[in-house]
Amino acid sequence: MTSVSSASPGLGGLRDVKNRLFGPLPDVAEEAGYEPDHPKRVGFFTDTSVCIGCKACEVACKEWNTLPMDDSHGLKDALGDISGMSYDNTGQLGANSWRHVAFIEQSRAVDLPMPTFGRPGDDRHDSGPSPATAGDDVSLANAQQSSVLNAEALSEFDPQTGQTGADKQIRWLMSSDVCKHCTHAGCLDVCPTGALFRTEFGTVVVQGDICNGCGYCVAACPYGVIDQRKDDGRVFKCTMCYDRLTDGLQPACASACPTQSIQFGDLDELQERADARLATLKAQGVETARLYGRDENDGVGGDGAFFLLLDEPEVYGLPPDPVVTTRDLPAMWKAAGKAAVMMIGVAVTAVLGSRRR
Amino acid sequence: MTGGITSPGAGWRQADGGPATQRTGKKRRRGGGRGRGEVAMVDDVEFTSYYGRQIVKTPVWKSPDVPLYLFLGGAAGSSSILAAIADLTDRPKLTRVSRYTAGVGAILSVVALVHDLGRPERFLHMLRVLKPTSPLSVGTYILSPFSAAAGATAAVELLGWFPRLKRFGGVVSAIFGGPLATYTGVLLANTAVPSWHAAYKQLPYVFGASGMAAGGGISMIFVPVDEAGPARKMAVAGAAIELAVVHKVENDHGIVSEPFHEGRPGKLMQAAKTCTAAGAGLTVVAGRTRLGAIASGTLLAAGSLLTRFGVFEAGIASTKDPKYVVIPQRERLAAGTNEHASTITR
Repeated sequence: MTSVSSASPGLGGLRDVKNRLFGPLPDVAEEAGYEPDHPKRVGFFTDTSVCIGCKACEVACKEWNTLPMDDSHGLKDALGDISGMSYDNTGQLGANSWRHVAFIEQSRAVDLPMPTFGRPGDDRHDSGPSPATAGDDVSLANAQQSSVLNAEALSEFDPQTGQTGADKQIRWLMSSDVCKHCTHAGCLDVCPTGALFRTEFGTVVVQGDICNGCGYCVAACPYGVIDQRKDDGRVFKCTMCYDRLTDGLQPACASACPTQSIQFGDLDELQERADARLATLKAQGVETARLYGRDENDGVGGDGAFFLLLDEPEVYGLPPDPVVTTRDLPAMWKAAGKAAVMMIGVAVTAVLGSRRR
Repeated sequence: MTGGITSPGAGWRQADGGPATQRTGKKRRRGGGRGRGEVAMVDDVEFTSYYGRQIVKTPVWKSPDVPLYLFLGGAAGSSSILAAIADLTDRPKLTRVSRYTAGVGAILSVVALVHDLGRPERFLHMLRVLKPTSPLSVGTYILSPFSAAAGATAAVELLGWFPRLKRFGGVVSAIFGGPLATYTGVLLANTAVPSWHAAYKQLPYVFGASGMAAGGGISMIFVPVDEAGPARKMAVAGAAIELAVVHKVENDHGIVSEPFHEGRPGKLMQAAKTCTAAGAGLTVVAGRTRLGAIASGTLLAAGSLLTRFGVFEAGIASTKDPKYVVIPQRERLAAGTNEHASTITR
């Protein structure tokens, strides 16, 4: 088989037309034109059940890839300031944030029979003139801070056991998000210059010296990963540390992760490990555990970077059912062709239907 | 009870994080009705999101560059077709004006497209590959020959040189003119932008028809009324098709049709429909008078321009609210209407 330019996956000839745009693909690198002796497809398995939200991955990624801040002065990131919503001030993946640790604080009502005798804070919470709920929370927090030496009040600060407002339970979800390195990558499909390409490892990487900043990939990514660096004009995203992979090292984020929440390896091995982990968690009663992006029959043909989540994907800012936009491209070209024929038909009719001067 | 993550069952809701955090975990929305007597398109829907943050990225395409490019491409494309047929049926004035429109539109649309790039000096990188999976790549190979042919045809028309070459150039530009006007629909639809992608079967028709309204309208302004019959007919037909298909775009796609009705894009779409309908009506009534032709031609071109801005901005708006991503995807998961498996393995 002759080597086909990896920059033009759409021109690989008509052999094996099936699943070029959609559906499972057993070997993405071969489909992109690599010789059969290419390395195995690698990936990330991010097990959020052991993520502690330390953001070591974010830091390691920024350091290794020398990612700047988001403004040209190097002072501010995309959010500009503190988000005010949670411990997450990175906010999203972007041109300069290739790992993003999502942090979600959740509460739920506890319907267990609780002891009804008063604890410090309870009476204060109910009394007082503040009408707004938010005001209540603030006054409660102030009250707790003023009695911070009180052991009982201290226990209320523990997010796993604290029961603010007497009948609420709090939990934290943390998840390190990253480019999914899709089997059918929308960004790669729509790139008009071939700057985005499939590597021999099955990952998707931007070539900075080719990208002309057209921005099509930004609009095409169903996960909202890739973005344009405003002062530079070009787009940037996770490369799965392509430079490190070629030297036999694992990506910076996976190396830095202290809890093995981010696991790097051959994709088929990671998938097995993830299935086992899911089974273990289910056996332990964690019924909300689920894998995200692991199924190769999904809308993007499966992700190269997939996740174990503890709640619905959208809670973490992930789309619940992403589909690669080019799945529908043949139908779109057909519509465009018909519309062009329609134009000629209307124009011909208009001219022939008019009297000559 | 120290349940933590081992607790089965849900019931977990995003905790109020303080006054700066908007709680979107349980957001209720009213129907789209906003005084104008619009029907509520979507029932009350609950959805969750990550602190209300958007999921897909907002396109970095600039306004007015891109909407203007869509408009110019449409007007130039339809004009080139009109010019070629008018030339073959011996209508010199209509031919000349349509060729100028096509040539000027072609050159300006190249300028708009290049200016929109993050690295304009790298425009030629577009020509190092041809990818059928990338509408922008295919579009480059439509726009390049079109602008060369239409620009050259307009130039020799102006200079009065090479009459046979002129006819050949006109036919070449006419061949690429239709695809130039309609591929831009694919360009927008082949994205993860909810309100664009959902309308992928309609946008090529919208832009093609809108291009005919604009191209016909511009010709009506400059061509003497006795020779502008074809321009009038093409403009009215284009406007009628545009209005019909835009109606589908605005109403057939559930919640992702909503951005076409709300805020600035809603106003632009409303203004576009008003201009297009008024222009088409005026063409029929007064298109054979000089003043009527100028007025209706201007209205049609303005309607086409406003349609592009409206569609463009509605798509931009649909990326900024996570509900336009989450709710349709949840709905199709629940309905099981996709031929593919869920991305979630439980």
